[in-house]
Amino acid sequence: MSDPETRTVAVNGHDMRVLSKGRGKTIGFLAGLAGIPCWTPFLDLLAEQYRVVVPSLPGFPGAMGHEDLDHLLDWLAATLDLLEAAGLEGCDIVGSSIGAMLALEIAALSPQSVGRLALMSPLGLHDDREPIPHIWARRAVDLPSYLCAHAETLVALQTAPEGADAIEWSLSMARATSAGARLMWPMCELGLAKRLHRVRQSTLLIWGGKDRILGPLYESLFKEALKCPLESVRLADAGHLIDIDEPGQAAALVSSFLSREHSTHETEQLASVSA
Amino acid sequence: MKLLWFHLMPYGKLPDDFATKHASVWVDVDRGLFDPVAAHGMYNDYLDEMEFAAEQGFDAVCVNEHHSNAYGMMPSPNVIAATMARRTRDAAICIMGNSIALYNPPTRVAEEMAMLDIISGGRVIAGLPVGSPMDTCYAYSQNPSMVRTRYHEAHDLILKAWTAEKPFDWNGRFYKMRDVNVWQRPIQKPHPPIWIPGGGSIETWEWSARSGYLYCYLSYYGYKLALRTMAGYWNKVRELDLEPNPFRAGFLQFVGVANSRQEAIDLYREPAEYFYNRCLHVDPRFTGPPGYLSDNSIRANLTSQVAAAAGAAQDRYAGVLSKVQKNMEGFVDKGYLVVGSPDEVADQLRKSATDLNVGNLMVLLHFGNMNKDLAMYNTELFAKKVAPQLRGMFEDKWENKWWPKPLQKSARILPRGMAA
Repeated sequence: MSDPETRTVAVNGHDMRVLSKGRGKTIGFLAGLAGIPCWTPFLDLLAEQYRVVVPSLPGFPGAMGHEDLDHLLDWLAATLDLLEAAGLEGCDIVGSSIGAMLALEIAALSPQSVGRLALMSPLGLHDDREPIPHIWARRAVDLPSYLCAHAETLVALQTAPEGADAIEWSLSMARATSAGARLMWPMCELGLAKRLHRVRQSTLLIWGGKDRILGPLYESLFKEALKCPLESVRLADAGHLIDIDEPGQAAALVSSFLSREHSTHETEQLASVSA
Repeated sequence: MKLLWFHLMPYGKLPDDFATKHASVWVDVDRGLFDPVAAHGMYNDYLDEMEFAAEQGFDAVCVNEHHSNAYGMMPSPNVIAATMARRTRDAAICIMGNSIALYNPPTRVAEEMAMLDIISGGRVIAGLPVGSPMDTCYAYSQNPSMVRTRYHEAHDLILKAWTAEKPFDWNGRFYKMRDVNVWQRPIQKPHPPIWIPGGGSIETWEWSARSGYLYCYLSYYGYKLALRTMAGYWNKVRELDLEPNPFRAGFLQFVGVANSRQEAIDLYREPAEYFYNRCLHVDPRFTGPPGYLSDNSIRANLTSQVAAAAGAAQDRYAGVLSKVQKNMEGFVDKGYLVVGSPDEVADQLRKSATDLNVGNLMVLLHFGNMNKDLAMYNTELFAKKVAPQLRGMFEDKWENKWWPKPLQKSARILPRGMAA
């Protein structure tokens, strides 16, 4: 993997890292719980076809500022600011987990801000029939196995590379967990169910067959609530963070979806014609 | 030296195999273990013990707040404090304290503490803890990275509610209120003394010192481990150029008094082993919610000696469970528990108070599944034979600015039937 380009943008007075790599049409990626400390194989595969831009959400690796955000509305405003600052306004968005949830919220409330959505294991719903585990009420050493079917891959990704300041690296990883918890504590839903009907963008959903956070019920809940053009695919061996667990299969599905799907505008036109 | 009698009100009937068959004493403690009829007996015994302690001349009785916790059965310390306000006459009522970030609006705390101060004739100590992660973030599901910020705003609001001359509006980050008017203002002016119970957080040391409040280290692991933490606190006090007045600090110590050291070991073995082996069986998954500690505290935990002290403070919960002693000999050896004859206990406590530089000693004379008779025996021996050897410490050199200032006795209304 060659190194991505790294730049910094300011949101709410805080620095946010933006990684980018590849050529072609620009797409954005919003990472899942824990964020990504560095460029990953999944992103590299996408970068073979697209210019992949990866802004770090507040508090996630490479970014600060989550402690200024008290409510979902604060997070959505910060995410919109970040997408704009990263040059992703109106672009197709790939999202994972918490990043997928934020992409859906943005699509519902500010539809012009994002294009099509390719989302892996979106959080945001909760059903007592398959309650989402309180992952932050687990021992820290057990967390990777909740997030990934191949926990060792995540652990390796989160281990300080040679030459890095081990303390600041550890702090960055802890901060990322804190940021996710700040938005979703106590691992609850934030009302997305009331807004999903507003999503109009063509959407791909990818689910992990070994996801320990979202059971199979959540696929049907999202399919039922979303009124947009929708595809849903399940990868049998993936856990919650599908982009970490199954980068090859996930990148292939996302690339295929984004290369053949209609734009939102086109989809709406088709919908009105067929109606 | 002030001597305060502290009760945790533990549930006294946890089974022998609790630590092996159950995950935690806190948060998800097995509901099937709670027997309300048994607890009826416990609560009433415990209230008797506290009233007895006040009669024996302790300077204060202490209550505290825990939730979903089988070693601390006071989810509302103010309920217990209310009974003390009526059933005791002179002892201060030390509420250690109300976890103010949990209450919305926090003016409820201002109201209740003011009521208690008024009913008791100005005997209240207002403890305002941030609260443990288990209580705040898990039992009450507060957002861990907001608890401290919310706490500080709640503190500011409560202070203003106690002291403002007129009703006011509050447009805070977390609390939005119109016409705040806590009409029952406390007797003590400008408000009851504020004590900050802490587990060793660096931020709490600094904030309580800067605010002029008393810092109280509530450890269950005794004076030896507390040395590092209190040294960290006093270093912060000196760094801020404040006087190292021992009355600006408090400390909690388990104590068992008997006629001899061996008798004390024999008498207190069972309740001590019950407490440390069952009551402190806390699942570590509830001790460190993400965001509860600031970046500075985490960085310090990873790097500096300051945090070695703060880290030691985490012993209070489950931080070093693997290293915690399991039997009476270990507890005594490590100083979790001070036991002995009255003279031996007094010698040790005098030395500990001097080493820690604390002028407010909170003693746990009931612990674990101790029965009422033994608790009262321990309390009476301490009051009659240990306390006289400790009173007067520090008082020749330092002024105690952190103690309640009640109404004159002649101005206090006593409950019907209570002798003046």
